[in-house]
Amino acid sequence: MITLQSLDMMRILPEIVLSVFAVFIMVLEPFVGDAHKKLLGWTALLGVLVAGVSITQLSSRPWPGMGSAFGGAVAADEFSSYFILLFLFVSALVILGSMDYLERDHEQHGEFYALVLLGTVGMCFMAASTDLIMIFLGLEISSIATYVLAGYRRGDRLSNEASLKYFLLGSFATAFFLYGIAFVYGLTGTTNLLGASARLGTAAEWTAFARFALILMFVGLAFKLSTAPFQIWAPDVYQGAPAPVTAFLSVGPKAAAFAVLLRVFLGSFSSASAFTFWVLWISAALTMCVGNLGALWQSNVKRLLAYSSIAHAGYVLVGVTAGGSRGISAVMYYLVAYALMNVGAFILIAYLAGAGERLVQVDDYKGLASTRPVVAACLAVLLLSLAGFPATAGFLGKFYLFRAAIHSHLIGLTILALLNSVVSVFYYFKIIVAMYIQEGKTETSEAAVPWPVRAALAICVAGVFYLGLAPNTFVGLSTLATMPLLK
Amino acid sequence: MSWYTAHILTIITFLPLLGAVVIAFLGRERTASIRWVALLLSLLTFLISVCLYWRFDPQRAGMQFSEFVPWMIIPPVNYHLGVDGLSSLMVLLTAFLTPLCVLLSWNSITSRSKEFFMFLLVLETGSLGVFVSLDLLLFFGFWEVMLIPMYFLIGIWGHERRVYAAIKFVLFTMVGSSLMLVGIIFLYNLTGSFDFPRVLDHLAGLSVMSPQAERWLFLAFFIAFAIKVPLFPFHTWLPDAHVEAPSAGSVILAGVLLKMGTYGMLRFCLPLFPGASREFAPVVCVLAIVGIIYGALVAMVQPDLKKLVAYSSVAHMGFCVLGIFVFQPEAMEGAIYQIFSHGVSTGALFMLVGMLYERRHTRLISEFGGLATSVPVYSTFFLIVTLSSLGLPLLNGFVGEFLIIVGSFHAQAAYAAFAAAGVVLAAVYLLWMYQRVFYGEITNDKNRALPDCDFREKLILAVVVIVIIAMGVYPQPFLRRMDGTVNSLILRIERHSTVITDRRELGVGNRKLGVEAGYPIPHSQSPTPTPPQPTAHCLLPASSPGGGR
Repeated sequence: MITLQSLDMMRILPEIVLSVFAVFIMVLEPFVGDAHKKLLGWTALLGVLVAGVSITQLSSRPWPGMGSAFGGAVAADEFSSYFILLFLFVSALVILGSMDYLERDHEQHGEFYALVLLGTVGMCFMAASTDLIMIFLGLEISSIATYVLAGYRRGDRLSNEASLKYFLLGSFATAFFLYGIAFVYGLTGTTNLLGASARLGTAAEWTAFARFALILMFVGLAFKLSTAPFQIWAPDVYQGAPAPVTAFLSVGPKAAAFAVLLRVFLGSFSSASAFTFWVLWISAALTMCVGNLGALWQSNVKRLLAYSSIAHAGYVLVGVTAGGSRGISAVMYYLVAYALMNVGAFILIAYLAGAGERLVQVDDYKGLASTRPVVAACLAVLLLSLAGFPATAGFLGKFYLFRAAIHSHLIGLTILALLNSVVSVFYYFKIIVAMYIQEGKTETSEAAVPWPVRAALAICVAGVFYLGLAPNTFVGLSTLATMPLLK
Repeated sequence: MSWYTAHILTIITFLPLLGAVVIAFLGRERTASIRWVALLLSLLTFLISVCLYWRFDPQRAGMQFSEFVPWMIIPPVNYHLGVDGLSSLMVLLTAFLTPLCVLLSWNSITSRSKEFFMFLLVLETGSLGVFVSLDLLLFFGFWEVMLIPMYFLIGIWGHERRVYAAIKFVLFTMVGSSLMLVGIIFLYNLTGSFDFPRVLDHLAGLSVMSPQAERWLFLAFFIAFAIKVPLFPFHTWLPDAHVEAPSAGSVILAGVLLKMGTYGMLRFCLPLFPGASREFAPVVCVLAIVGIIYGALVAMVQPDLKKLVAYSSVAHMGFCVLGIFVFQPEAMEGAIYQIFSHGVSTGALFMLVGMLYERRHTRLISEFGGLATSVPVYSTFFLIVTLSSLGLPLLNGFVGEFLIIVGSFHAQAAYAAFAAAGVVLAAVYLLWMYQRVFYGEITNDKNRALPDCDFREKLILAVVVIVIIAMGVYPQPFLRRMDGTVNSLILRIERHSTVITDRRELGVGNRKLGVEAGYPIPHSQSPTPTPPQPTAHCLLPASSPGGGR
């Protein structure tokens, strides 16, 4: 059935480019001297750029880039292009943010970049697949890469713990997902989303087994989304993993899992929406509350932002619960906004932490505004955006989510979400208070900001304002990207 | 129309921000130039806003100096500015107080003065933006963004418990405003627009909103504003914020930020939800009166001067809310006048307390006594401001309170009686405070050698006192400019109840028919308003509009 045509290959060109570059970097690694290891980082960045160019070139024309490939296993459509571009963007930022970090901590090795690229390949497949088995493969590729990345600081016990915890719980969760796929296959005889949804039929025809399969798949995804009650791992892993990896973890796999959630739950299996609605509703409400209340007590910045990213997954779930074209486009818009602010914040944390990641307590940020006014201002902008203040991406992102929710008459959930975001102001301001109000010992890393970090930060901060003040382009794109799901 | 007149509101709103940007580029150690930039830019803003107020045409109801630039597609947010008789006054007040605050902080802010003046100017832009926006989401944006500079003003330059007070202030406001955001989005889903005049047009068709929805929406907006005012049960953040804030912060807080609450009620609650406003009016009035009495009683027993002034704010703002919610033209004009004059007199009181604090580093009343002999000039200014705050005739406080009491007497004599009791109580706590601080023998030796006002302080206080007297003697130019706005507001509320009455008399159950029968709600003043019929629905006996003064 599968014929390897050149057309099929073309439709997964970004993934191919990334994989080739990943392999190339690993081959190159032994030939590059220790002094020039940074070169590998630039190579990885080049790979991301080439992949980005290839996808924009292919998707700008209706033929031949777009369409289904490999017998309906993968679809190159507006939806997947949007997400792939998001993943490429995130990995580019992470590579920019980690080059000097690795140099500083003497951990500069080629595998790091290769793993980031391979993780991105997995996420791209998650977003592009229209077959459950392909989705599972994508999930596994990205998971394994990120398990290794989480434990990248080999000498650090916390990093080892993070890796092991992530691996054990993660494989457990993917097993759930696989089990759900097996149920769907058993019920319908196919793993193809189109075929399966056709055989599962209308809402009335959904059996208890089918619902159970859906729940199992949701649990598998919920782990990646870090939604309550499957969020327990997130704070430990985010704290233990190297900060640039945390930036990657907190955005990439999460966005990819949301892509799957949108495609499977709101796209293909939308006939079960009456049932999934409550699953999503409850998990959105729980996730927001757990994330925000948990963050209130944290004194470690990485851990605080870990809880905050749990809370953000909850906000996004509000949009998923709302559904419809408004809900889906709101989710897609929010994920871009979230990527900008969260990756930016973690890259800054990685820089401020200093060698060996010593300075990651809120107290370490005391007096930062007087010693490093620009760095403090950047972090303040990113935090205010996370808190959802107007004129930033975070505000408009939340606005779209809540607009969709109110449109679907989810008033209660919206009020809960808004009250949660008031709570979140409290802990984001904790960092701002430390930076601006408290006088500090100011033992921050004295090194000047390396310019790749500067570039990444400039992109994040400018992007936060761009999305917050001139959203027209991205709203258009995200609306366009919902088309394939609503056909 | 020249470019200047066409964009006067944009110029006024963003001039202070320009100043903040200029200051950002100045070196940290160039304190003198930083202060001068802040002063000049805020003075320029004030001058232009005086021009604006001067050119404002009192004959025309509706918005003037409108600016409209399309902005976002989804959400359809437009850059829509405009002022009417109400907001032009608020703009004037904000622009008037900011240069005074810059002067007030000239020497008292010693650490990080660069950031201080930047935040002060950003705060001015935010506040002006709140008053001139005619787009609901734009309004909301300014409303929220303005919290950040205020947060820093309290948090960095405040007193001992500043961090607690600052975050309390932000969280209280944000709880209210997130409810308001739900309301705004709900309205948007209902009408498809954020543009305030358009939303108003849409809601004029009675079928748009069920009474149930109107009630919830009213509450969503009202609570946000009531927290800001602050109305009685929501006031607990105010004393903390005021006491901990630096003097300039307190002045802006009392003079501008509290006004946003009453402004929001007048601008949004009443015209958008006239039915629900009438329904909730008795409750709101009672809360306002409780605030007047409670604020006065608590003020009376405060040992701390600043806390006393803070609680007097609660009482005075209660007057404003009462004046708004009795729906009488004279009371409403009185309320708007009181909003302005409270900004001036209470702002001045905070300035005076701040000056005293700079000298003695305490604000406890028991530490003082007999100051009239050691600092005579200061004491005289303090006396005039105190008298204006307690509503002495011929000073600004009297005009507003008088109009409010007269208006509420028309509506409900009991309201007027209680409010008048509040005036008496104000006299008690203010005069008693004045007596303890300024009269008698000097009991504390530290008070003997206090320096009197220097030139800068005299300048600030003289300006304020001139305004206080001018507003008390000749309020007409201010009142004249509110007439159109107030009358059309009152008319809108009363028309609404008329429509409901007529519909009930006709026995029409369906709301849609009421509209088809030809009872649209007017958006501007119509030449011959029909006197409304008192009904069981409208709990307040209505008088004919415009028949006040």
